[in-house]
Amino acid sequence: MKTLRLLIPVAIFALIGWFLLKGLDRDPRLVPSPLIGKPAPAFSLPVLGAEVSWAPAEMKGKVWLLNVWASWCAACQVEHPLLNDLARDKVVPIVGFAWKDKRDDSIAWLKRHGNPYAVVISDFDGRAAIDWGVYGAPETFLIDRDGIIRYKQVGPFTPEIIRDELMPWLKRLGSL
Amino acid sequence: MIAEVGHFALTLALALSLVLAILPMAGSFLPAGPTARAFTDTARPIAAVLFALVLLAFICLGMLFLGNDFTVSLVATHSNLSLPVAYRVAATWGSHEGSMLLWVLMLAGWTAAVAAFSASLPAVLRVRILSVLGAITTGFLLFLLFTSNPFERMIPPPADGRDLNPLLQDPGMVFHPPLLYMGYVGLSVAFAFAVAGLIGGRFDAAWARWARPWTTVAWAFLTLGIALGSFWAYYELGWGGWWFWDPVENASFMPWLVATALIHSLAVTEKRGAFRSWTVLLAILGFSLSLLGTFLVRSGVLTSVHAFATDPTRGVFILVFLALVIGGSLLLYAWRAPALGSGSGFALVSRESMLLANNVVLMVAMAAVLLGTLYPLALDTLGMGKISVGPPYFEAVFYPLMAPAMFLMVIGPLARWKQAPLPDIARRLRWALAVAIAAALLQPLTTDAGFRPIAASGLAFGLWIAAGVSIAALEMLRDSNGKLRLSRARLHPASVWGMQLAHLGVAVFVIGVTLVKSSESERELKLAPGQSVEVGGWRVDFKDLRTVTGPNYDAMRGRFELRRASDAASAPARAVMLPEKRVYRAQRMPMTEAAIDRSLWRDIYISMGEPLSGNDWAIRVHVKPFVNWIWLGCVLMALGGFVAIADRRYRRRLAADDAARVTRATESSIPPAAPIAGDLAAR
Repeated sequence: MKTLRLLIPVAIFALIGWFLLKGLDRDPRLVPSPLIGKPAPAFSLPVLGAEVSWAPAEMKGKVWLLNVWASWCAACQVEHPLLNDLARDKVVPIVGFAWKDKRDDSIAWLKRHGNPYAVVISDFDGRAAIDWGVYGAPETFLIDRDGIIRYKQVGPFTPEIIRDELMPWLKRLGSL
Repeated sequence: MIAEVGHFALTLALALSLVLAILPMAGSFLPAGPTARAFTDTARPIAAVLFALVLLAFICLGMLFLGNDFTVSLVATHSNLSLPVAYRVAATWGSHEGSMLLWVLMLAGWTAAVAAFSASLPAVLRVRILSVLGAITTGFLLFLLFTSNPFERMIPPPADGRDLNPLLQDPGMVFHPPLLYMGYVGLSVAFAFAVAGLIGGRFDAAWARWARPWTTVAWAFLTLGIALGSFWAYYELGWGGWWFWDPVENASFMPWLVATALIHSLAVTEKRGAFRSWTVLLAILGFSLSLLGTFLVRSGVLTSVHAFATDPTRGVFILVFLALVIGGSLLLYAWRAPALGSGSGFALVSRESMLLANNVVLMVAMAAVLLGTLYPLALDTLGMGKISVGPPYFEAVFYPLMAPAMFLMVIGPLARWKQAPLPDIARRLRWALAVAIAAALLQPLTTDAGFRPIAASGLAFGLWIAAGVSIAALEMLRDSNGKLRLSRARLHPASVWGMQLAHLGVAVFVIGVTLVKSSESERELKLAPGQSVEVGGWRVDFKDLRTVTGPNYDAMRGRFELRRASDAASAPARAVMLPEKRVYRAQRMPMTEAAIDRSLWRDIYISMGEPLSGNDWAIRVHVKPFVNWIWLGCVLMALGGFVAIADRRYRRRLAADDAARVTRATESSIPPAAPIAGDLAAR
């Protein structure tokens, strides 16, 4: 009996060790986003600096990115050159989503930093962004041919994220 | 060239550590004679050379960082041409590979220290301790060389490096890992003592006396390391919190809890010969939890702000190492512990019973933290969903557990060994009790929120401990006529004074935590230059905002003036505070640099969040009363540890120890605990 009691520490350790071994295969960072795998929420918003409106339905049949940005957002400035590169190489069409901003500020900002966007829509009161679950800028959504959100990047893109996550997704969706 | 020298030094060190693990241990089992001596005598020189080689490797890595040699991939990924020199030095251990090299350096350093300062140990015990340390070093060197080689080349080299993570570019981060590792790794010495003792079956008062100073030093370093980490998180992460119950924080806190239990349990084993088997188990557990912590941080099984670049092969390697070291030592324990025997009995109220309660409470607390840390992993593994366990769990569980410990830690040092009369203790502590009750009743004065039971009890416990320490100190300084004589301080061993100092540190810590939790005020709001805000009796004026350029970052720096709410607007500012929002150029990582106006009684803390539309910024202002007492308390605890090891008894070689020198290795009988005559602490 006494010997058995002395084996308790080993037994507890063996149990913990088993969980640790199993845990190695899992990625704790994968917190599922409720929107992934769901159809992109619809909206109809004015195109920046124009009198026409635009809706996600216009991108049907294409794989595209929706990039939420603002002229007041420092991190957007950081990722912007990467978006310019993507646009120059025609990797994927990017729709700009000017969020909680002023019309003139947005336009001036694009003049200064370059415009990688196929089209820029403006959501200055931030209502449409609520449906998309946007809680900060920048955020970027990848939408497939059927209008389903497949991937979401919170925070600025980095060259590593583009290489290791965005590119494989684009390959998988058959747009590369 | 330097990289190859470093790599070669590490390879040589691996070979030597393997020799250290095998030869002296084998020699300790041979029949006494010249052959056995030839084997065992290798231990001390090898330990010294091993340390020199790892130090050489470490210096090599430091030089590579100083010279920004981007052909070494570790340097290319963790340094940058514009990185200031001090942080290039710190970058040496700012990465996974570098910090593992630091770990091995510490381990080799502790081994060399044991070799150098263990002349009073029986030869057999000493060589076995060194061999066990050699085996651990072998494991870590294998890990370093095969999965995390810091000297790997990258050809062709990049034009500029990727820079050190901005979070780590801070003075606090320069010292946090070395201190913490001194503690983690120091526990390996206690572990080696336990394993060597289990092999030899020798666990008497003398064994405990040898093991005590090593454990105490490791514990003190661990305390400082954790405190510095918490201090750093407080001013660097910009949330104003000082402890987040993050898995990695827990990983350092669990060994601390066990080490705390261990230093108390060792006291009983030394003075009374009791708790032997318990002490050994704690020594094994302390180091096991250090290793587990390493696994959790390095393998990426849990998310944390500390996560380094993770790699599953590393995880598998550490897990195998964990299984060998922990599983092996626990099996050894199960096999040998029945031979340890038990010490003399004690009454329900005695110092032994108090220390037993302390041990139980600390272990339950450790188990609660372990459960909270591993629970998400267990659920995920069983396919029951992804959850995270946050501060609410830990706070709800932790405080009730600590309450009895805080109550008993005053009675313990005043109680006599074996049996203590309760009425006598109650009489001696009546003033402390009165102070504690008064503190609880006066709690509403410290906050606007009125009487809050948790805050009141926290204050009561803090003052109860402080008053208890004062009473004990006064008793120690009084002569037989009741007159206070400072000269009597020398009559008591340093270890007792160290203990009292550490307990005072706990009191300061508890008071700090209680007052921060109950009376801090915080405002998070939209503020533009020219506007002002009032928080907790202070007024903060946002004067202006400008761009500044640092060596490797660009920042927006706000200028805030601090006045009391009652001051006239034209009164001179009591402080000008300059928080920054930085963007580090190489990694394009935004960072919040909080501005803190510190004093012993309160901190004012301003951090800049995100820029909002127009000129507005999200600004967070905290007023934190007594927050610095938290770290002050930790420093006092660690200081107590350092005072305790100055005790002369640890350096005295008793006649009994010399007799034990001839104890044969295979002997498994345990000599009865020797009564230690003339020991005032045992009273």
